[in-house]
Amino acid sequence: MSMTDLLYARAQMGLSLAFHIVFAAAGVALPVLMVLSDLKHRRTGDADYRKLSEKLAKGTAILFAVGAVSGTVLSFELGLLWPEFMGRYGEVIGLPFSLEGMAFFTEAIFLGIYLYGRERVSPGLHLFSGVMVAVSGAASAFFVTLVNTFMNNPSGFTPTPAGPTDVQPLVAMFSPGWQYQTAHVLLSCYQASAFAMAGIHAFILLKHPGASFHKKALSVALPLACVTALAQPLVGDLSAKHVARAQPVKLAAMEAHFHTEAGAPLKVGGWPDVEKRTVTGAIDLPRGLSILAFADPNAEVKGLEEFPRDVWPPVAKVHMAFQVMVGTGSLMALLALATLWRRWRGREWPHGKGMMRAWLVAGPLGLVALEAGWLVTEWGRQPWIVRDVMRTGAAVTPVPHLAAPFFTFTAVYLFLGVTVLFVLWRQVAGTLPKGPGADVEGEVAHVH
Amino acid sequence: MSTETWVLGLAVAGTFVLYALLGGADFGGGVWDLLARGPRKAEQRALIARAIGPVWEVNHVWLIVGLVLLFSGFPRAFAALSVALHVPLTLLVLGIVFRGTAFTFRAYDTRGDVVERRWGVVFSVASVVAPLLLGMCVGAVASDAIRMQGHAVVSGFFASWLSPFALSVGVLTLGLFAFLAAVYLTHEARTHELAEDFRRRALVTGGLLFPLALAALLLSREGAPRVWTGLLQTPFALALHAGTAVAAVTAFALLWTRRFRAARVAAATQGGLIVLGWAASQAPYLVYPHLTLQSAAAQPVVQRLLLVALAVGLVLVVPSLVLLFRVFGPRGQAPRAPEAPTT
Repeated sequence: MSMTDLLYARAQMGLSLAFHIVFAAAGVALPVLMVLSDLKHRRTGDADYRKLSEKLAKGTAILFAVGAVSGTVLSFELGLLWPEFMGRYGEVIGLPFSLEGMAFFTEAIFLGIYLYGRERVSPGLHLFSGVMVAVSGAASAFFVTLVNTFMNNPSGFTPTPAGPTDVQPLVAMFSPGWQYQTAHVLLSCYQASAFAMAGIHAFILLKHPGASFHKKALSVALPLACVTALAQPLVGDLSAKHVARAQPVKLAAMEAHFHTEAGAPLKVGGWPDVEKRTVTGAIDLPRGLSILAFADPNAEVKGLEEFPRDVWPPVAKVHMAFQVMVGTGSLMALLALATLWRRWRGREWPHGKGMMRAWLVAGPLGLVALEAGWLVTEWGRQPWIVRDVMRTGAAVTPVPHLAAPFFTFTAVYLFLGVTVLFVLWRQVAGTLPKGPGADVEGEVAHVH
Repeated sequence: MSTETWVLGLAVAGTFVLYALLGGADFGGGVWDLLARGPRKAEQRALIARAIGPVWEVNHVWLIVGLVLLFSGFPRAFAALSVALHVPLTLLVLGIVFRGTAFTFRAYDTRGDVVERRWGVVFSVASVVAPLLLGMCVGAVASDAIRMQGHAVVSGFFASWLSPFALSVGVLTLGLFAFLAAVYLTHEARTHELAEDFRRRALVTGGLLFPLALAALLLSREGAPRVWTGLLQTPFALALHAGTAVAAVTAFALLWTRRFRAARVAAATQGGLIVLGWAASQAPYLVYPHLTLQSAAAQPVVQRLLLVALAVGLVLVVPSLVLLFRVFGPRGQAPRAPEAPTT
């Protein structure tokens, strides 16, 4: 196994996950938005909400299908790229994977009923199916995140040179920190999807300020976007405190914190120089890191210098990804505060030009934060695939020429990504008013 | 070998059977989309799309469940097979990706014949390639051509799945999936003419299955000697084959006499017994002679918990599946069923 093949294997896994994660997040969150608009339709009798729920259902169908096949790719890639990891630890983490499979089953079943059964089943069963899709989606994200928690904080087995013994699957399934990581991930799915949806409708409202359909769509997306954007920093803080205790080297890399220090400052931005062990251009918030990590302004925070050089994660990458996640998260929280303030003052969800511009810009930030956060946890665990137990390099397949599948999948995913955007845009375009300022009703050019 | 190991091994085989009968038929539908011809070409394609639409993702989950049970219950076998069959499995996954996405794009982005047809071609070609590769992987496993030293695979990345025997199993798999789809579609069809179209297709492919199976059997003598002896010498295997033959002849007779509902059951029995026949000829080996169910098995506590998780999952999944198939089965369909959700 050459170093290049290891890099290609990591790149292919990373690419596949980065691609899948977008569709998985949408598969978790869009059903919730779809059911919420369905409920609004039932309560108000307003046909626009029904149309919105149908549009969201179509979006869910397209994104779920891509998520299902890209998820299949991942379950094969676990073996195709990391056979030593699966051969040894498959049995330790099989339980959450199996439960995820079951949740995937119910999600697919009830999505089929919801999408194709509107005319065939009772309204009650139809709504129940939508709820089941949302619940199953959340459950499968929950279970698969448990696997990642295990890789970060492995527990429930005794490592030996021949592999794990004394396996306790339930202990492994709930490895330390599971509650923070699952909450953080689930919130990020809802937040990313709600922000993306709000961004799309803000974009249309900027062009067609009178489009009432899109105002109603915003009134469905904004509450979820605001609530999750405000809850996420709190959960993220709990998560960071857990990382500080359980994975101090990851925290040190996130903060590019080279030297052990009591009352350590929080570095905002900056570029770490690993050789010189310095950070240039960062803004220091005094004692910020000690507060962030241990809720104590005088707490000592271990620096990277405490750890052997060969177990350092790639410091610059982890630090930058963490800055991006926290930065975008903070912007989204501020926008949520401003929006809620305007909602409280104006008694309706704001749709003025300024606010719409802000939401348009914020639209992609949820996904950016989601990807950045995932990079923090994955890069931050390197060089381990199972922390302190198995190195990523020891898990990789002996199959040579891994550049070939990497470039193939890159091309395929680029093509699919562009196609999905195009197809989704055509769905949205079907709801556009024909003339400027015209109302949508009665003028929709149906895609069918 | 413990009871748990046997049950878990049976569960893996069971998911493969269900994937072949349900997911396999969805691939078969793609084959008939590619081969649609005659005056009712468009109606044939519409029927296939309507039959597959609500269920293909669900049917596909059986593969995921089988895979997860394999790597959780028999992790060493999963690792070895993933290395030895890296190339065909990667190609299979690409086929699965293109089949699913093209079908979805075609269903939800209908705008004119040209684009729709282009997605249709991607969907149907991928539906032909994927079963071939799946069958070739099965052929490679059955032929004992995968060799290991310790945990390392030493038989190379190509020879095992490109042997004549593996190729013959690939073609047989494709034929079986096309046959299953044609038989199911006779019962799904709303008009007599459409039912007749698929009846003819079912009879022809059903007839082709006999020489294809015979070819695979003859090639197994050289290419998969243990299958050859296993298929012909153990009483259990012989009973399975007798059952398969009876089911095949019954399916043929029922198709001939146009009893489509019963023909579905007979064809599914035939397909299921073929997959079980493969599993029986393999047992207890997962990768001969290196890995058996027992030697590859996870620790007993893991096996027990997996079975519990499977049982709990099935309690939720089975009633939901029954509901799904009732809503979308041929009898549950409303008089004017939409092909895709309408707005």
